[in-house]
Amino acid sequence: MPMRPSLTRRLMLAGAAALSLGTALPALAQDDAIKIGLVAALSGQSAKSGEAITRGITLALDKINGDGGVLGRQLELVSRDDESNPGKGLIAARELVQREGVAAMIGGLDTPVSLAIVPFANDAQVPFIGPWAAGTPITQNGAEENYVFRVSAVDEFVDEAITEYLVSEYGSQKPGMILINNPWGESNEKGLTKALEKRGMKHAGIEKFESNDVDVVPQLTRLKENGADGLFLVANVAPSAQVVKSLDRMGWDVPIASHWGPAGGRFTELAGPSGEKVHFIQTFLFTDTAHPLFVALQEKFPEIETLADVTPATGIANAYDATLLLAAAIEKAGSTDGPAIRQAMYEIEGVEGVIKTYDMPFTTDNQDALGPEDYIFANFVEGEIVPLTD
Amino acid sequence: MTLFVTALVTGIGLGAMYGLIALGFQITYSVCSRVNFAQGSMVMLGAVLGFVLTQRAGLPVIVAYPLALLGCGLMGMLVELCLVRPFAVRGSEAWLMATVAGGILLDNTVLFTFGNEPRSLPSPLVETSWQILGTGVFPQQLLIPVAAIGCAVALQLLFRRTRQGRALLAVVQNPDAARLMGINTTLMISGSFALSAMLAGAAGLLIAPLFSVHSDMGTLFGIKAFAVAILGGMTSAWGVMIAGFLYGLVEAFVTTYLGSSHTYILTFALLIAVLAVKPHGLFGQAALRKV
Repeated sequence: MPMRPSLTRRLMLAGAAALSLGTALPALAQDDAIKIGLVAALSGQSAKSGEAITRGITLALDKINGDGGVLGRQLELVSRDDESNPGKGLIAARELVQREGVAAMIGGLDTPVSLAIVPFANDAQVPFIGPWAAGTPITQNGAEENYVFRVSAVDEFVDEAITEYLVSEYGSQKPGMILINNPWGESNEKGLTKALEKRGMKHAGIEKFESNDVDVVPQLTRLKENGADGLFLVANVAPSAQVVKSLDRMGWDVPIASHWGPAGGRFTELAGPSGEKVHFIQTFLFTDTAHPLFVALQEKFPEIETLADVTPATGIANAYDATLLLAAAIEKAGSTDGPAIRQAMYEIEGVEGVIKTYDMPFTTDNQDALGPEDYIFANFVEGEIVPLTD
Repeated sequence: MTLFVTALVTGIGLGAMYGLIALGFQITYSVCSRVNFAQGSMVMLGAVLGFVLTQRAGLPVIVAYPLALLGCGLMGMLVELCLVRPFAVRGSEAWLMATVAGGILLDNTVLFTFGNEPRSLPSPLVETSWQILGTGVFPQQLLIPVAAIGCAVALQLLFRRTRQGRALLAVVQNPDAARLMGINTTLMISGSFALSAMLAGAAGLLIAPLFSVHSDMGTLFGIKAFAVAILGGMTSAWGVMIAGFLYGLVEAFVTTYLGSSHTYILTFALLIAVLAVKPHGLFGQAALRKV
């Protein structure tokens, strides 16, 4: 049978037309949605925290879209994993802005990753809202037109809060610092020194330790010998547990005010019962399972059974509120244009979040929505984080 | 006085740990002039297997820990078979990179299977601390030097008193002659890697209750233990053990008296200085190379 090339060509053309139609249709549908980018660590050691942020944003988007969306359009989340790597975070941010055309970005779990994205966000004029990383220079970045906002704790404010806590609750006069040896520890060394200087107080020493140090007794003994009557602790879960174990070994019972590091995992399993002595800050806590956000979480993610399954709740709440604030700004701006959204961020009114109600949360001098007055001191009791009441 | 005792207790505990892991480098180096650079991952494997067998499978320690060590031994043999032998028989030095890569592979496999959250391996020996001269010590910390010295003595006896040990020594001295005398050198080399990994696994099980169990817990130990093995001279078991204690003590005394920011700078600078004066380590002997 002779070949009929013309038919084949026609078939190919028809096929190509069908293919392009098929791909064009969903593209048209997606064009209508406003894309919000997420850059966070979704794998590796911080994956659980990345998951908390994703859950918070997802719930907020469900609520906003359920109420009719923003500017009559639905909001759509586009996620990218930065693997806690600043280089990968920057590439992800570029891709979200330049290829996906996101209206704004939420993200930054690790301070170094956020710091890598900040100059790009400012250059590209795309609002970037941090729900986690607490490094002070992320929002205080010196840019003339600052596109970086945050709904989370800030190192400088945390340091002020934990200093005030040790002084007022325990009458501490000469606290010592035990800090993880990385940029996060350094950022807090500055903040704590500033907070002590403000009160005309002296410290009993600044000691650093590595995240894989087994024995922190030498550093702690130095602080004890120098007369420390309280400790500032800045480190993630596992290294914080090593500090508690070392204190146990020394038999040194001293008040500890900590950054929120211990909240991110199985702290009391690692540190033992003495882990409950560590008092740390949080921006939000679930106190009972009837909380509307917890109920919504359980409905959306059936694997959540108890309050212990949603640690750290802070990440969920910060991301939830950040998304609501962003949606309010886009609505107010009346467009998805970066500079317009930025301007609208300064005019947000009456947004009811889970942490608080936001009225003018941002100014050009302070792009942080949460301050020391929003922090709650908490500790672990039988594996759950509970607020400290005095 | 308190500072001195603190540094001494910490230094001996850490030093014994470094020595025990470094002993593993010494054994394989003595037998075949090669080492398993995934030694740090073997430390982690011991602790992770110990955790999984006792906490998840619910086995008693007396059964679980020997099984964990057996697992480490098998992994050591696998490393030799897949990552060292194929390169060694072709005269290539690529085993060096292959064992490093193997360690990274193992760490990441554990990360995905065991999980990314650090876990705690309980032990009754860390529940209460004993106060001695102003500082505290967990009974578990005293167990480490005892176990480390015990292992060194056992190894010495193995080499000197048993047939297999003498066969190992024969391989060390002259592999070709040993092969002609009917000694299975391939098996001996494989066995030395198994023994080396088991020592690292034992170190992992001993340190885990004082630390936490996670996929990269062994990395820093592996690096420091290699430094200790070099310092001790690679060829002498006792030398390596003593070097372990020295390294641990220097580290603890520098941290205690000068502060933690000086620890790595001073200990590694001292290591380089010692090696500049004694290139074959403190207790090593220059190898004779016949031309």
